[in-house]
Amino acid sequence: MRDLITDALRGQRADYIDVRLEEAESTQVRFRGRELEELGRSRTLGGSVRALVNGGWGFASFNDVGRLRSYVEQAVHQARLVRRESLALAPVPAVQDVVQAGAARDVRHVSLDDKVALLQEYNELMWATAPLQTTSVRYGDLYRRTTFASSEGSYLEQEQLDLSALFVAVARKESEVEQAFLSTGSRGDLSILQGRHEEIAAVARRAVDLLSARRIKGGSYAVLADPKLAGVFVHEAFGHLSEADHVYENPRLREMMVLGRRFGGPQLSIVDGAAVPGHRGSYAYDAEGVPAQKTYLIREGVLVGRLHSRETAARMGEAPTGNGRAVSYRYPPIVRMTNTFIEPGQATFEQMLAGIDEGVYVKSSFGGQTSMEMFTFSAGEAYMIRGGKLAEPLRGVNLTGNVFQTLANIEAIGSDLEWSEGGGCGKGEQSPLPVGTGSPHLLIRDVVIGGE
Amino acid sequence: MRDFAEHVLELAKRSAAWAEVFLVSSEETPVAFEANRLRSIEARETRGVALRVVAEGRIGLASSSRLEDAQALVDDALATARFGAQAALAYPAEPVAEGALDLYDKAVAALSTDDMVQMGQQMVDRVRKRGGDDILVDADVRKAVGTVTVRNSSGGQGSYRKTVLSIDLHANRTREDDLLDIYESDASCHLAGVALTKTVNTLLGKLELSSEIAQARTGSVPVIFTPKGVAITLLAPLAAALSGKAVLEGSSPLAGRLGERMFDPGFSLIDDGLVPRQPASAPCDDEGVPMRRTALVEGGRLNAYYYDLQTAGRAGTQSTGNGERGLATLPAPATHALRIPAGTASYQHMLADVEDGLVVDQTMGAWAGNLLSGDFSGNVHLGFKVRRGQLVGRVKNTMVTGNVFRALGRLAGIGDRAYWLDGRAEVPYLYFSALSVATR
Repeated sequence: MRDLITDALRGQRADYIDVRLEEAESTQVRFRGRELEELGRSRTLGGSVRALVNGGWGFASFNDVGRLRSYVEQAVHQARLVRRESLALAPVPAVQDVVQAGAARDVRHVSLDDKVALLQEYNELMWATAPLQTTSVRYGDLYRRTTFASSEGSYLEQEQLDLSALFVAVARKESEVEQAFLSTGSRGDLSILQGRHEEIAAVARRAVDLLSARRIKGGSYAVLADPKLAGVFVHEAFGHLSEADHVYENPRLREMMVLGRRFGGPQLSIVDGAAVPGHRGSYAYDAEGVPAQKTYLIREGVLVGRLHSRETAARMGEAPTGNGRAVSYRYPPIVRMTNTFIEPGQATFEQMLAGIDEGVYVKSSFGGQTSMEMFTFSAGEAYMIRGGKLAEPLRGVNLTGNVFQTLANIEAIGSDLEWSEGGGCGKGEQSPLPVGTGSPHLLIRDVVIGGE
Repeated sequence: MRDFAEHVLELAKRSAAWAEVFLVSSEETPVAFEANRLRSIEARETRGVALRVVAEGRIGLASSSRLEDAQALVDDALATARFGAQAALAYPAEPVAEGALDLYDKAVAALSTDDMVQMGQQMVDRVRKRGGDDILVDADVRKAVGTVTVRNSSGGQGSYRKTVLSIDLHANRTREDDLLDIYESDASCHLAGVALTKTVNTLLGKLELSSEIAQARTGSVPVIFTPKGVAITLLAPLAAALSGKAVLEGSSPLAGRLGERMFDPGFSLIDDGLVPRQPASAPCDDEGVPMRRTALVEGGRLNAYYYDLQTAGRAGTQSTGNGERGLATLPAPATHALRIPAGTASYQHMLADVEDGLVVDQTMGAWAGNLLSGDFSGNVHLGFKVRRGQLVGRVKNTMVTGNVFRALGRLAGIGDRAYWLDGRAEVPYLYFSALSVATR
């Protein structure tokens, strides 16, 4: 492999070139209703080349790895057509390394029989727990080996393991349909799916309970968010805006996002980093060969950092942070989050709850979306809060907020940081990318909730 | 490629009762402008094969990008078939002719990178010229040239070539703590089908309407969805509920309601895979079943659900040619182009009717709720306040909420013209007399 790459890079005229070759194997299992609906295996071999000439990028991706040299030529040719001012990527040391992946209960070493049996057991548990209309279980695992080489002399072999699982229960009463879910994941460790019986049975009960839940009246509410939903909140509400590729070419946004600006109270600190170990967004090197780091985005309420690729770091005169990621060899690396979390504060759940006269307790999330300034996300589970106490369950709770107001409206931060590893992040056409999100319980004032 | 398909089928047939090969190869060339300037030129080649087998009555699946290793593919598919679902699918046995859909345009295939750069530059320049200096434009011009082949061991087969040219335009204007983001796009199999000038002008029109900010009000409010707003917000929950799979398992609120009047008598919905020159069209679906036009809702009456082969077999009905798959997944029912036929109300008349309401063009996150129930609740990413028939400014920090079945049960107006969106939907303006709006 190394000779193939060395030969392909020889004599090329570009300011910078890198090559990524990937071999991947994946398994997907899907139950729908009581039946195993789908079981599939896939193997891919593919690669891509990125070339930088005078600040312009050329990129080629392919499956025919044997023709690597011609793809390098193609990428260099394309980069030449772009013609911008020259750009030196932010300097990083050339690295030579081999990174192996492993897990306590490695997905590669568990038989298909055992995977199917485990998932079936949980699926049957949902059916046994509550009168459901249907269920769905989606499981996927992935082993990937990436070879990265650059014209600067880096040569890396990095393995990656990933696992994601989603358990959904659907209940129906006449024309009303409700669903509840549990989403989880790990870096290829199946032990994440051991002993989850209680939580998965609770999913089935929740779907049925939702059928008799009330719908909320639309308006502005005090919101107490559980760690799972608060994790989606920090990802959508602030994480995406801290990705420097949204900022670096926009002079006004650069002024707005100037380091030192206050976004929240002194209790608020937000961090992202692949060097935070043990989560789905953890890795040793990003797709540009930059070592993983841990980056404070907000420290004690003040903007202190942002996420960079080597290009955005250079264009903004800041240090690279190891956040250049690609969902696969088919796409070039772009600035992405890794493991994003809010650091724990002092408050207890009881204290926060007691301080809310009328509000909403929101738990877990189907997902969310952001336009940088405004963001939205849904709650998987919600309850009214009245007089400092949890009251009746609610359904169909979707929240929206504005980054410039909502972070400042965080009134209290719990001491109970918890991580979520489910789902994945989408940006542009690259989805789903494994990320971790973490947060303690948060109390946020004045959040707009849609409702009838 | 054809020889390879034959070879895999032959190998698979030694151990499987039935086998089907799905082959794709495509070359995609995206040219990207960022913040008014050309940023990158890419070329993406993809090829891959999926093998579905039925062995001892069960379905197995494997996929690979390694076309040289047919035996590993067959072994993987047979290994998964040990556990797979009971096969209920009818086996297509007839070849499907490529037909006259005109999905391949030599002019698109022949577009050079330079041509695409020029198209992108033109869009950027025109938006900047009329939109002002503080507008940042991102633009994407992308061509894709691909071949799809499906072939099974019972004689069914289909194969076609397709070109798709698409343009994507984003305008961003940043002012003090206000980020405006407007997007427009277009796509067609043919060069002449991509309306560059119209796309630019539509975006400029919306930009002009966005200069003032207006305060929405919380409550029950008349709302007009633009065609883009309809496509982004309302089609996904409709499609989810009409899927034969959701109907079969009873998780669709529309299950068991065929023939009933569920919607406004003026409302119809057609799934169409046969519109010439449109990216969503093809002679056959991904299982080799001829594509067709299916009236899902006709004059407010629920008329049909849409199916792939396996779901249709389990439901005791026939595939509607809606089997869609990626390489790594089994086919599942999916819509092609959803079309809502035009009604009789002009947009101007709808507007004139609104005393105090909203026009919604872009929403965010409406997909993230309980889609199956038909509920939608999204942030109004781009929307305008209407006062006495006039658009008075852009609203922010606002959610619009409803249930698609209840909302479409009685419409205050259906636009008198339907508009194609990216060649994937054709819908008119829709006017609702009361939807829930919440704002801060």
